Amino acid sequence: MSVVVADGLRKHYGETVAVDGVSLRVERGEIFGIIGPNGSGKTTTVECLQGLRRPDAGELSVLDLDPVHRGAELRRRIGCQLQESALPERIRVWEALDLFASLAADAHDWHGMLREWGLEEKRNASFHELSGGQRQRLFVALALVTRPEVVFLDEMTTGLDPAARRVAWGLIEEIRDRGATVVLVTHFMEEAERLCDRLAVFAHGRILATGAPAEIAAASGGGTRLTFSAAEGELQWLNGLDHVDRVTRHDGHVEVVGTGPVLPLVAAALVEHGIVPDDLRVEQPTLEDAFLRLTGGEE
Amino acid sequence: MTAVARIRKLAWIEAKLFVRDPLTLVFTFAFPLIMLFVLAEVFGNSTADRDEVVYRNIGAIDYYVPAYVALVAAAVGLVSIPVRLTSYRELGVFRRFRASGMSAWTLIAAELAVTALLTLVGTILVVVSTAAAYRNQAPEDVAGVVGIWVLVTAVFAALGILLGAVLPNARAAQGLGTILFFVMLLLCGAGPPPEVLTGPLRAAGDVLPLTHAIRILQDPWLGFGWEWTPLAVLGGFLAGSTLLALRFFRWEPR
Repeated sequence: MSVVVADGLRKHYGETVAVDGVSLRVERGEIFGIIGPNGSGKTTTVECLQGLRRPDAGELSVLDLDPVHRGAELRRRIGCQLQESALPERIRVWEALDLFASLAADAHDWHGMLREWGLEEKRNASFHELSGGQRQRLFVALALVTRPEVVFLDEMTTGLDPAARRVAWGLIEEIRDRGATVVLVTHFMEEAERLCDRLAVFAHGRILATGAPAEIAAASGGGTRLTFSAAEGELQWLNGLDHVDRVTRHDGHVEVVGTGPVLPLVAAALVEHGIVPDDLRVEQPTLEDAFLRLTGGEE
Repeated sequence: MTAVARIRKLAWIEAKLFVRDPLTLVFTFAFPLIMLFVLAEVFGNSTADRDEVVYRNIGAIDYYVPAYVALVAAAVGLVSIPVRLTSYRELGVFRRFRASGMSAWTLIAAELAVTALLTLVGTILVVVSTAAAYRNQAPEDVAGVVGIWVLVTAVFAALGILLGAVLPNARAAQGLGTILFFVMLLLCGAGPPPEVLTGPLRAAGDVLPLTHAIRILQDPWLGFGWEWTPLAVLGGFLAGSTLLALRFFRWEPR
């Protein structure tokens, strides 16, 4: 069952086309990633889905509500971590939780949220006294205190140091484990690869690929690369094997690029021809390879 | 939780935030009191030995107390509200509130509630401290004073929301709000008595809302009877700034 649906979404700001016909579906309970270079329309898409911006064209539905006409009602059922948003500097941690909890009839008891998200010691601290990681935890707690069914996290880990980022990943998985659907906007490939069940690759306001990270990597990452050493000898027959796209040879090093089950096929064929290299190495394409090929290396 | 309870919660948090900011706290509450006490000490409350008519021909302290009640409303409206609104827009506080399902009306209502609360506290400080120190004239027509106080508070709240709507950021709001506040203080009768101002200065004062707010608060307080001109001018400011604020208010930075 799709909880988020966009069909032909378009949005422009003046002359600039920010989103140019985006269609996507997010299923209940998954972590769905939106990745892409800066200015590729990720945030605009998410803000339209949240009903914070009015699209020029396209059909949108989140939790079966139209964000354009029923935005206020929708926003009470979703949780949001927004880019470029903050809290009043001098608001205390407990006051923010208490205030946000008041927005939903069946909100969590915020005292429990303080403990769960490691903010107990900071309950009386002002927002401006919090570290980057503590702010993230507070934002996540605020996004979750109203028991949202869908949580939108926009560039949640930007600006965090690597250790704090790992902690944030744990938080995101925990959000999903508690039953919410997560839409994660990020430009960190490692983060998308590690967390997302499925993702959409954005560039220039369009979606270039959609699927599981491994599927996208396999389909668009430029294939599996096998390298090994081989003494002089005839290797032209490698080109004839199924799933082999390209064979290059350089000073006794051989590189075979192919797709799918290329590794066992090549390995078996080598053994059959009496070639048994002890340095056969495999490089699987990563999401980053796919991303760079899809977006033409911009970022 | 009901909408009213939410508004109350947000207004209470806003009031606490105000108290935690020493700069606006001093500016809104302490500064008018200090000015008022300096003026009261210098000019006293006697109408004897005057060569010409000043202070509407009443004692300076009796004149200044209602004037400074109006000035407190101006301080809250012209400085505190625009700075808060612009900084919330700039920092993305509005974004976060909106994205969490807080309605625009909840925010506006909470803003008006906290404005009324702050102006009320400032008014009580002015009235009680001067009454204790000088035993100056108490309001003749209490209901009239209360009604006009509500109008004056609403006028400056609407002006403040308009400034918060059109100014781009908190620095601009702080700068322009403070300038407007001091210009009005000097030209509208909260500093030099209006009778000693030269023609052009007086003309300038006459187009500013504080002049009319002071006059219209003094009238029922001191038993001068009703005047329709200041009432009409303030009604115009209230309607005009409310309409413009509704037209130009934005939750997002430009």
